[in-house]
Amino acid sequence: MPLIELKDFSFKYYGADNLALKKIDLTIEEGEYVVITGPSGCGKTTLCRTINALVPQFHRGYIAGNVIIDGLNTREHNVAEYASIAGMVFQQPENQLVTLNVEKEIAFGPENLGVEPKEVRRRVEELIDLLELEHLREKHPHEMSGGEQQRVAIAATLALKPKILVADEPTSNLDPKSAESILKIISSLNKRDLTVILVEHRLDLVSKDATRILLMDEGKIVADGIPREILANDLCQQIGVGVPKATLIYKRLLQRGIDLGTIPLTGEELAELVKGVSVN
Amino acid sequence: MIIMENVHFAYDGLYTALRGVSLQIDDGESVAIMGTNGAGKTTLVKHLNGLLRPITGRVILDGVDTKHYSVAELAREIGLVMQNPDHQLFLDTVEKEIVFGLKQLGFSNEEIQERYDRTVSTLGLDGLCGRSPFALSGGERKRVALACVLATEPRILALDEPTIGQDANQKEKLAEMLRDLNNRGRTVVVVTHDLEFVIENFPRTIAMADGTIIADGPTNSVLSHSEVIHRCSLTAPQLTKAAQSLHELFPEIQARLTLLTDLEQEIVKVLGGA
Repeated sequence: MPLIELKDFSFKYYGADNLALKKIDLTIEEGEYVVITGPSGCGKTTLCRTINALVPQFHRGYIAGNVIIDGLNTREHNVAEYASIAGMVFQQPENQLVTLNVEKEIAFGPENLGVEPKEVRRRVEELIDLLELEHLREKHPHEMSGGEQQRVAIAATLALKPKILVADEPTSNLDPKSAESILKIISSLNKRDLTVILVEHRLDLVSKDATRILLMDEGKIVADGIPREILANDLCQQIGVGVPKATLIYKRLLQRGIDLGTIPLTGEELAELVKGVSVN
Repeated sequence: MIIMENVHFAYDGLYTALRGVSLQIDDGESVAIMGTNGAGKTTLVKHLNGLLRPITGRVILDGVDTKHYSVAELAREIGLVMQNPDHQLFLDTVEKEIVFGLKQLGFSNEEIQERYDRTVSTLGLDGLCGRSPFALSGGERKRVALACVLATEPRILALDEPTIGQDANQKEKLAEMLRDLNNRGRTVVVVTHDLEFVIENFPRTIAMADGTIIADGPTNSVLSHSEVIHRCSLTAPQLTKAAQSLHELFPEIQARLTLLTDLEQEIVKVLGGA
């Protein structure tokens, strides 16, 4: 049984003129790292919200089709029931932090689910260690940088032991180094069996870690595959997705009759390919 | 012209955010401010329109200390788009939101309609005008916040992280709109982490760290400085990384900031292609 399954699912927010999602068919297996991208307003955030039942349980609207997450149909189960299945991290960590220090923040979720105090304590320590929060332990979230806040938000989300992490542009307010470190953490969590769904415009940062990219446009999934194939597809540029510059150079060279052989996703990969071709 | 003279600021008098910032921005300039999270960039731009006032030091607009002006008076000269659009949007439709500022500034109905239409179409907001801003996506809300300020075409535009949540096409349209306003004499100041956006669109960069300005000058030279890159927590863009690596084998390819077409040309040359 797939972990995430959308079957012919459509959704329209109350008061909206258009469908936010149109007849989506999608299955995601345990352990995948899926990047969702596409033009602003194409339905990426709405798709994320279907995975922990915020759509349709909190954001109301007209629905058709079904969403089954870890065997539970989101028509029939409320958001709280998904708390330990799918955890969400948002763009603005400050909107998501509710307590006065890091320990309380991480403990907040499991305490609310009635987890044993001993176990809560164990999870708090484990996550402080995993996300390198030791030096922030006593700090108020407002005294932290954006990158630190986002690490705390991720820790608080993971404290519920979800099978899926849904991150909706988690790095867009962060400076490039902090963004890189958050993405490194997410990638390592994925390698430890966490299924990751990540919304991102800056594909140069995430394509190397992802196992799969979903390209969305106007509420539909218009392409679905491994990063190298999707990013070399002309569709990306047509609908305005930011293809990594290294991939763009590969495509432009190809048009001029120079084939680098493999599609590069990073600057380093591009340089290696050029060096390889020059030797031959 | 904006001058900041040795500006210090601390939130609640406790959390120091600016430690002696001095700068001058001339009319018609186009400037990017870069730096780590917490460097003081947002605090700096909030001083431009008086949302924050220096604890010591002065902010001078066209020769007059801005302490003599209210925020409302400064708003006629300086438009600020905040980092988080939710701090700025408050009406129940996109249309009302965009028209609000234009009405406050006393434009005629015809002028309001004309500016409204132009801004909505450039920022791709057609079809969203009757909707509540709060029902829109993050990227769309950001564009609504931008539209509200850009429509008023203030003499000085200050944009805090304008590219957040924007796809490649939207970013390009935004850049075009800023170039157009700048060509018509508007001063443009952006705070951003988006290195490629800066390299492609802003001739001058101010780099900040720990509440001070650590470099200020032509974008190419400021962002080629390794200490600036390090202290601003920037990472080299893909093309620069490629150029640096290629430089080891091909000395003719310079290890520096580069535009896509330039690097493409250089690669074609070293590979002996057409």
